[in-house]
Order: sequence, then structure tokens, then C-alpha cells
Amino acid sequence: MGSSAVSSAVDYNDLQGLVRFGYKSMKEASYVLIRIRDAEKARAWLGSAPVTTAVEMNPPPSTALQVAFTAAGLEALGIPRSVIAGFSAEFVGGMTEDSRTRRLGDVNSNSPSEWAWGTGNRLPHLVAMFFAEPGLLHGFIQSTKGASWDQAFEELRTLTTENLDGVEPFGFADGISQPGIDWNEQRDHKAAQVTYTNVAALGEFLLGYRNEYNKYTDRPLLDADADSAGLLPAQDAPEKKDLGRNGTYMVMRDLRQDVRAFWQFIDRQSGGNVEEREKLGAALVGRTRAGDPLVPVLGPKNEFTFERDQGGARCPFGAHVHRANPRNADYPLHPTGLARLLTIIGFGPREFRDDLMSPVRFHRVLRRGREYGPELLPTDALEPGPDDEPSRGLHFICLNANISRQFEFLQNAWMMNTKFSGLSGESDPLLGDRESVPGCPATDGFTIPVDGGLPRRLSGVPQFVTVRGGAYFFLPSIRALHYFVKAGSSGPQ
Amino acid sequence: MNPQSSFMVLAPIIPERESALRDLLATMNVAPGRVNADNTLIPFSRCETLHFARFVILDDNTLEDVAAYGLAKQTYPLYLAFLGDVDGEGDHFLEEIGRLAENGLREIFSCCEGVSPDTDLIQWMKSYRAPAVASYVNWQGRTVGRVREEAALRNLLGDYLQDHATELTGRTPREIQATLKRFVNNETASGRIRLTAEDSTPLDWRLRDLLHLVGVPLLFILASPLIIVAAPLFVTRLRNQERTDPELCERVDDQWSDQLASLEDHDVTNQFTAMGSLKPGFVRLCTTILVLSLVDYAARHVFTRGRLARIRTIHFARWVFLDGRRRMVFFSNYDGTVESYMDDFINKTGFGLNAVFTNGIGYPRTSWLVLGGCEDERKYKDFLRRHTLPTQVWYKAYPGLTAIDLERNGRIRKGLESSSMSDKDLREWAALL
Repeated sequence: MGSSAVSSAVDYNDLQGLVRFGYKSMKEASYVLIRIRDAEKARAWLGSAPVTTAVEMNPPPSTALQVAFTAAGLEALGIPRSVIAGFSAEFVGGMTEDSRTRRLGDVNSNSPSEWAWGTGNRLPHLVAMFFAEPGLLHGFIQSTKGASWDQAFEELRTLTTENLDGVEPFGFADGISQPGIDWNEQRDHKAAQVTYTNVAALGEFLLGYRNEYNKYTDRPLLDADADSAGLLPAQDAPEKKDLGRNGTYMVMRDLRQDVRAFWQFIDRQSGGNVEEREKLGAALVGRTRAGDPLVPVLGPKNEFTFERDQGGARCPFGAHVHRANPRNADYPLHPTGLARLLTIIGFGPREFRDDLMSPVRFHRVLRRGREYGPELLPTDALEPGPDDEPSRGLHFICLNANISRQFEFLQNAWMMNTKFSGLSGESDPLLGDRESVPGCPATDGFTIPVDGGLPRRLSGVPQFVTVRGGAYFFLPSIRALHYFVKAGSSGPQ
Repeated sequence: MNPQSSFMVLAPIIPERESALRDLLATMNVAPGRVNADNTLIPFSRCETLHFARFVILDDNTLEDVAAYGLAKQTYPLYLAFLGDVDGEGDHFLEEIGRLAENGLREIFSCCEGVSPDTDLIQWMKSYRAPAVASYVNWQGRTVGRVREEAALRNLLGDYLQDHATELTGRTPREIQATLKRFVNNETASGRIRLTAEDSTPLDWRLRDLLHLVGVPLLFILASPLIIVAAPLFVTRLRNQERTDPELCERVDDQWSDQLASLEDHDVTNQFTAMGSLKPGFVRLCTTILVLSLVDYAARHVFTRGRLARIRTIHFARWVFLDGRRRMVFFSNYDGTVESYMDDFINKTGFGLNAVFTNGIGYPRTSWLVLGGCEDERKYKDFLRRHTLPTQVWYKAYPGLTAIDLERNGRIRKGLESSSMSDKDLREWAALL
């Protein structure tokens, strides 16, 4: 390890644990969305809140608390606007800004005007995320909130979660694909990536470190003063204090899943054949329900690429996991030497689907979401639902250092895009809103390539997922949290 | 082949008419960023050879950047640019639209200098044309008519395949091709669909193209003794400047970027207009001209089939000098969001992007013209956003179709008309259906 690696080693004491852990053993969780009622009391609560760090403990803790703020929340806390303006434009502008909703596909039935939370006076100032081992959650929340909670905060909504044992509501194993983090910054970011790797630069997930471009992402750099004294210096500007360092942006979306519509559509398309049903479900998702990829793996369930499946006959181009992570590298076909030079200047492979996509290493996110609603098995989902059908879905959470290049790009260019990978007239089979776009009246298709024949084309795929809420948060470091507590009280009231 | 070309009318706006002009241009849209293709001023939809068009007021926000070189801010006229990409010659198109929309054009250009009620408008537009230093066409010879015919073909085949899915399942690609050929022949015979054969290439265009193909390298060879002598000094000066040139990449204010964003993402394709001042001095001017000549040459003779180096999302693009080559404007029509467009450039042709734009004041620092620069993603994106202009009116002849769609539709048609495809080619062709 070189000297540069030592100087950038991450202080896990300063990180909220969610960046490093999914808290899988804490099977219970609640996300409390809150607005600040009394800034002074809110700061006092935050100042003494037992926020869990990323330090590995033995035995591991049985409960955890994480806190994250929206831009409105930082303002309500009393943080100067000039400081907030240093955060990225997406965070400051918020998820529901007009043009952004168009890019994210949050229009029509997904429109913020239909949301349960995330807009207007239902935009949370902060979210307190409580995690606990079975049986401990209620007590943990009560004791953590303490006596001053109700004076400090107004609870907007409590998002409860359900432990479905690693399976998402449609019934597929979830959370298998996660990027590895280059914690010790050992990878050479300057070198081109000729083969796909699952490990991404620390700066893609944590502010204040070098990202895949070997550069730094937007975050506030402050002048040294009494308030900022506790913050770490910026790596790229040592005279400045880095408010973002060891923090990151957190995207939260409430995605309601219509499990019955999903399995009933697949069942109709499969003519009631159980085996066909499983196969078609796997084709839409890109994995079997057990989580096995549809292309041969090189080792564990997540070690594969789509290279040996050029025609998409094993895993359709439009399958959810293909859209979410095309597993490509910087160039098609691993060119080296002269071949790479030729590829760079435009004389690489020229087949229809060659080189269509941006290299995935610039578009990874860490997923930390949890499911909600009672389990519904596929066979039960074929029955009509009761009148008081409980809602099911995913509290989608992802962490990334650059919301526009990571989450928003993924959502826009790969998930909702009706033109992904040379396709036309279809968006993500799970997330797509099936709304027509100008010149393309139908976007409710799904194409399943067939080796040596005509592709099978489904049409009339219903909308299975509806967005019910969402916001962009900043998940601060412990030092930044202390800064907020301090700077809020010294700022103009 | 009927080759594409571009036109651009560039005229100074009479200062007191600027706000009237803005109001007038706004009437051509149903909403900001969404043109009414049948608007009464210029009914674009009736122009059968027009791919893309736009009206943009070249209101440069970065005129003060020259101060970084100790130069005083210049006062330039505020221009209105009317530009587009057409099949055939630009002058022919101006004649056609001059007849088709004379009143509308007259109303718009009456806000510009030099137009009075008795001006011959077509002549006036021709005399105010501003040529491109470099321009790019995604697919030479693909006319608007062909785009539409091939899109209609694809839709027709899509419906047919949907209706006959069961009987076609399990058939070989060769059998499928034969079946579809019969079907399309019937449809063509009954006039339900038209597939026009490719036009012959105009002789004068071919001659000019050949002259350009040979002439530019020849000029270069002729000039090479001079270039070899001047090169060491030139390179030293350039390298020196690269190390000291100021970077002007501060973040744009949110209101500005919101305004730009409000005009974007209404179609699968977007417009892009950016302008700025060139770095002062002879060395930079020479570099700009050299690099853009190279880009133009490559776009004209090498990258003529769907790819600008590795980039497959640009329909048309061009660079134009303004005001005695002191300023430059870049126009393009690309698929996807501006964010993915910028990522595409950085990740796929950073070298070319650097070589061109590093000659603009404030660009993130490059070394050896092609390295560095846009690799500083944050600075590059802020630089570009700073220089982006809102486009007042933007028209695209085929909404909903990306450049990749056009390529696929072309491949489908080609395969349908071919009688000599290998089994492998036929399999790939069938997969596109």
C-alpha cells in the first residue's frame, strides 16, 4: 500500500454504517419521515442521537440508527443557504423539480401530485432510519426518540418494512448484485477498464474521495472557522473543510408493486402452464426466482457478463437485471494495443448492438432498500385480491456520490428508456410506466430474442410498479452531523 | 444517393425588436421546447426534405471571459440564427421555404437588420448564410422520405408479425424473409406502402466530394515543408499555453440550468446549442481550423454510416465561426438526455472533444490537445452548461425515432430487399424484426 492509500484510508468511525452494511441481521426496520418543528430542539436531539457508525463490532450491534437530510431539512435546521448551495444541483433542486420528473419517468400515474409523501408540505426534512433485531424495534424507537422528540419533530409518516428473507414482493431473490467498493483505493482509476469489474471507486459511493474519473464530486467545501473546525480537510483542497467527506447522497423512492397484476399477466401469457410461467417471469427479471442468472456464471451468482449472449437469447436485452447493470467495460471486445487505438478512433466492431451503452462503471449505485407489505406467493397472486388488499412494494434506497450520473442516469437512460440497447417500444418490464412518448404510441412491449428465429414479442404489458413517494437526501458523516448541530445554532434564525 | 447538407441564416437583430422577436418565436411552440410543426409562421411539417430545424437567438452569456486574457469585453451584434439539415442543397431549401412560408419568414426576419417590405427575401436569406467549418451527418444519403418509408415498413412488419406469430414460430430466417418479401411486395403493389429506390448521386456533388477527398490531403502534403519547419515552435507555444490557460468552469446557477432543462427531454432526441469565445492568438486559431478541418474531413469521408468515431447518438452536428473567427457556435441533435450525451462524449470520444473545445476560453485544461480536459467530469459539465444556450424553436421531422432506430429500420429494409444473404446475416436480420 503506497503512502497515498494510507492518507485516504477511510475512518469508519466517521461513516454512517449504512454505507458499509445492509444490516441484514437486523430484520426489522422503520423509516420515520419527519419535519422539523423546533430547530433548536431538533439540533439538540441530533446532537445526542446514537447514530451508528461503520466500525465493525464484535458482537455486532442489535440495533442501529441512521439519519439523512433533504435540502429543505438542512435549511429548516438553520444551515446557511450558501453552505447548502455547495451540494449538487440535483440534491438542492430535489427529486420533484419539473424537468427532473420528466427525466425520471415520474409523470402521469407516477407524478408527485399522486404521491403519499415527498412533495410540498409532505416533503420530509429528514429521515430517521431505525434497524433492529427481531423483537427489539419498537423499544429501540421509543427509547431513541426520547422525551423531546415530539417538541422537536412532526412525524410525517412512518415507513414500515417487512422481512421477506431476501426476496422482493414479486417473489424473486433480491440484493444479489451490489458493487464492491474499493475501500483502500487500490485500483488504478486512470487506466481504462478493458474487462468488466464489479469493484468501483470509493468516490462513487462516498463524497470526498476520488471517483471513477479519478476526480471529486460536488459537495460543499467550507472555509475554516469555529463551526467547521471539526470537519476533515478536503483531499483536493487542503485549506478547505470538506462537509461532504465520508457522507453521501441517498435516494429514496417508495415503489408500490402490484404483485397480482404481475403474476396474472405472466400466467395469461403462459397459458396457465406453471413451467412456462416461471420461465417467462425469469425472462422479464433476468434471473430465476432463486436468483440464478440466465447466462452461465463464472463462479458465484453475481459473477457473469452478457458477452457470451450476444443475441440475448438467454437473457433478453430488456430484462430488468440487464437494464440495471449491462456489465460492460469501457470498450466492446476487450481490445488491447493497436486494436484499442482503432476502437477509440471509431474503427471498432460495427454490428448493430456493438458499443451502444455507456460503460457501467460510471453508473453504479449501492442498494439499501427494504420491502414492505405481507408476502404473497405467485400461486396465491393468481387469485383476485380482497377489497382491503394491503399495499406491497419496495422502499428503494440507493447511495451514490453523483445523483445525476448514477441514480438518474440509471433510471432515465436504462430503466425508463424506451430505446435501451437498440430496443424500441418497451421500458423496464418491472418499473416501466408504459406511457406513450411522442412518435411512439406503444411502450408496453417486451422482446424475447430467440436463437436463429423471430424474437417473441409481448404486448400490453401492464404497469406493475407505481411511484408513491421519494426524495433526495444527504447521509452525512458523523463529523458533518456535528457540524449541522453547531452551524445551525450559529446561523441566522 | 441524395446527399444531405445544412443551411444557416445568421442575421443581427434590431435591438428594439428583440422582445417582439422572442414573443413571435414563442408562438411557434405549443409549450416551451415543444414546437407546433404545423404552426402558421413556418409550417415545418410541409417541408418534405427537412430533417431538423431551429431558430435560436445567439445570446452569449460568457462575453466577459476574455477578461481572463486581459482583453476588454467586445460588443457583438445579437444574432438570430435559422438553421437546419436538409436533403439536397441548402440554397434549394431556402428557395422552397421562401415560397412556402414567405409571410412567416418575413415577419420573423423583419426583426433583423436589412429586411424591408420590398426586400427579396430568398436573396436576402442566401446572402446572410453562415457556412459551417465542420459538419456531421449521421448517415449520408438517408433522406427524410427514406426515414419515413422505412419507419412505416417497420410498423407494417411489426403488425404482420404480431398477427402471424404462431405460424412463423419455428421457421428459419430464410423462410421468414421469403414470407415477408411476398407480403411487402403485395403491400407495395396495392399502394399501401412505398419503398422508393435510392436516387442517383448528383454529378456535381460527386465531383466536389472527390475534389475534397483528394484536395485536402494534397494541400496538406504541399504545405508539409512549412508545417515541419513551423511545428516545433508551434507545439512549444501550444504546450506552454495549455499549462497556463485559465479554466472557467464555475457552476451555473440553478435558475439557468432549470430553464435549459425545461426545453429538454420532450422527445427521445434533444437539441444542443453552445457558444463561446475562442482563445486569442494565432496558434489557437490555427489549431482550431486544423482540428475542425480534420473533423470535417473525417465526417465527410470516413464517418458516414451511423457513427462519429464511437458515438452513435448524433443525428446532425456542426461548428460555425462568428465575428471574424473570434467566437464559435456548436449545434447538434442527439438522442437521450444532455447528461448521457455529455457522458458519451467523455467516455467515448474524449480525445476529439478535447481537441476541438480546448480552443474555447475556459475549457478544463488539456495536455497535448487530446488528454485531460473533459476527463475532469465536473468541470467539463459545468463548462458546457455555462455555454449552452436556450433554443427558442426546434423541429425534428421524425419524433420518437432515434438514430439507432433509423439504422435498424434501414437494416431491416436492406435485408428484405437482399437476395444474397448468408445464413448468419439472415439470423442477425431476423433478430432485428
